[in-house]
Amino acid sequence: MQANDKTNRRRIIQLGAGVAGSLALPGLVREAFAADQQQPIGTWPAGTQGDSVFIGISVPRTGTYAVQGEDELKGYQLAVEHINSGHPLIKAISPKTTKGVLGKQVKYGVADSAAKPNDAVQAQQRFITENKAIAITGGTSSAVAVALNKLAQREKVLFLCGISGSNDTTGKDCVRYGVRQNFYGETAANAIGPALLKAYGKNKKAAFMTPDYTYGHTVTKSVNDFLTKNGGWQMVTNQVSPLGAPDYSSYLTNIANSGAEFLINVNWGHDAVLSTQQAKQFGLLPKMKLVIPYQIPFLAREVGADVMEGVYAATDFWWTLEDKYPLAKMFVQEFEKKYGYKPEWGAENAYMEFALWAEAVENAGTFYPPDVIKSYESPRKLQSMVGEVTWRAQDHQLVRPVVIVKGKKPSAMRNKEDYWEVVEVIPGAGLMQKPDAFGCNLGSYT
Amino acid sequence: MLTWSNFLSQLFNGLALGALLALISSGLTIIYGTLGVLNLAHGAMFMLGGYAGYAAWQATGSFLVALAAGTLSVGLLGLVMERVIIRHFYRRPDEDQLLVTFGLGICFVESVRLIFSSQSLSVQAPALLTGITSLGVMMYPTYRLAVVGICAVALLALYVVLYRTRLGMIVRAGIDDPIMVDSLGIDVYRVFMVVFGIGAMAAGFAGIVNAPVVSLTPEVGEAILVQAFVVVVIGGVGSFPGAVLGGLIAGEIISLTSMVNPGYAYVMLFAAMAIVLLVRPTGLMGAKGRQ
Repeated sequence: MQANDKTNRRRIIQLGAGVAGSLALPGLVREAFAADQQQPIGTWPAGTQGDSVFIGISVPRTGTYAVQGEDELKGYQLAVEHINSGHPLIKAISPKTTKGVLGKQVKYGVADSAAKPNDAVQAQQRFITENKAIAITGGTSSAVAVALNKLAQREKVLFLCGISGSNDTTGKDCVRYGVRQNFYGETAANAIGPALLKAYGKNKKAAFMTPDYTYGHTVTKSVNDFLTKNGGWQMVTNQVSPLGAPDYSSYLTNIANSGAEFLINVNWGHDAVLSTQQAKQFGLLPKMKLVIPYQIPFLAREVGADVMEGVYAATDFWWTLEDKYPLAKMFVQEFEKKYGYKPEWGAENAYMEFALWAEAVENAGTFYPPDVIKSYESPRKLQSMVGEVTWRAQDHQLVRPVVIVKGKKPSAMRNKEDYWEVVEVIPGAGLMQKPDAFGCNLGSYT
Repeated sequence: MLTWSNFLSQLFNGLALGALLALISSGLTIIYGTLGVLNLAHGAMFMLGGYAGYAAWQATGSFLVALAAGTLSVGLLGLVMERVIIRHFYRRPDEDQLLVTFGLGICFVESVRLIFSSQSLSVQAPALLTGITSLGVMMYPTYRLAVVGICAVALLALYVVLYRTRLGMIVRAGIDDPIMVDSLGIDVYRVFMVVFGIGAMAAGFAGIVNAPVVSLTPEVGEAILVQAFVVVVIGGVGSFPGAVLGGLIAGEIISLTSMVNPGYAYVMLFAAMAIVLLVRPTGLMGAKGRQ
């Protein structure tokens, strides 16, 4: 029955397109037809009946993740601009995009999540109820991502995850209505682990600094498991601190007295900046080797190249990848033209999440959420800033490469934003755990 | 790992944090003790001291100029704030005062965000005070050692002003009985303005002194405000010696708990506050409390 419906729908679309010969009409016809055939679900079809659709964006604009949140927001805004104008960069990722998605312009609202789950959920609930948001996005804190996952599944509205590094987001807290494109704790560990063992050898003593929530605990566990199992490394202390801790002196004092040779800093945002700077003040750096398993956008800008020299980090994106990937080059140029600086991976992550959403919807030919989800789940190769990628149907995680970077010596920097040298781009498939390893159970379509 | 070296280092962490908290809390408590205003913008003023100092440091490269700029500009802001806004709220209910100072705090934070963005900024300590000092059994950042000394000198200066000058005498008398001071022909309102200015100066000074230790963000005053209030409650509302004692106690509780289990540092701080309130409802060195 379902297959017949789809066939009929395609037939009508073709007829509609042929008769009308306009760009906007096919979208309207498809939606109108779909509305006749399917039961309303979430904000569909109410959110798609006008000539635009609405996305709710919640990013931290205050608090410890504010800098990264602003960068993400710029990435979202650039993506919307490109989607609405049918920019060549969007077309490269979503070939069927003309102007807008299915001919409808994309509008959005922005709320400050302050990296707090409650704030993000309240804002997005408002966007869903008042603006009939057809999709919501946000993250930067995995606690927020997990909370929005739950909201999305309950409200039957797609959640396009922003930055979220926790294994849980597409693991035990995964949902049918959530998708995530960026790398996470397990992939970070499997990507940076071999590089660390190669550079530093086996049987080392490491001190971890961990922010006290789902992101911190899962990244620390994944990295420690890898280093212990494969390299005989030993975790001599794990200093767990609250999000937004005002001072790290006590934690650093414990680390200074732990006998560690490596400081593995899992903190993020301003927490990472402050803890790293204070580690230097306390004389821990450069005596101990610093490792950033899950890189923090803007870290090098904020703490300075001298502290980052020689430091290994795993990341989604670094702008010099433009030398290797044409789409990355296009993105960096467009972003810099608009905002005046090289984008970091918060912006890239945000841009890709929207671009891939546009692709999924165009591929489905409808905004009807179960069909869009099935479009995400249908295996096909997609273009991205870092080459070919593909969605993994079982947990809605994008299979994408992880980039290993190493801090450049200040004198070797080509320009003032040339902080990292790309050491390796590692294909994603081999870095990921099995889809059910973290207990993912996606839940229902309707 | 419990070693002597770790214990001593944590003791010093507590002392450095405690000295800073004492300085911030003394401003808070003088203002409350004298004017009866719970200044929720105090944390934001601490932050402003850091940013004003940063701007001056960027322009001149001198930490001493930064110190002066951070202190004086926030002091001046305090005088203007008292004259233009705060004085209209002396006779209004407490909740009005809380709301207006809280609102001012938000305005300060967002203004700074607008000008400097959310990105972390650093102020370098003077070259003489950077690096690490060996204290025999342990190594400790030189600037943090200096912070203890700088805060001690500032607290001593505040003590001299409050306990050894005519102004201080009037202020202390004003805390006890403002009506009587007024009836003696002293312009209490002018004194109030000066008191607010001194309290603000203490916050601004603490902000710029702390700037090389932390990386500045617009929210740097938020966490410290909560701690400062706990210090005031432990020490006794309106008591300057109480603020100093409370600050040191709070600093040590946070640091020594962190040595064993950092997660419980703030739990222990609030537990200590609860115990003090149970045993001495007016705080360790508080008088009868304001009427």
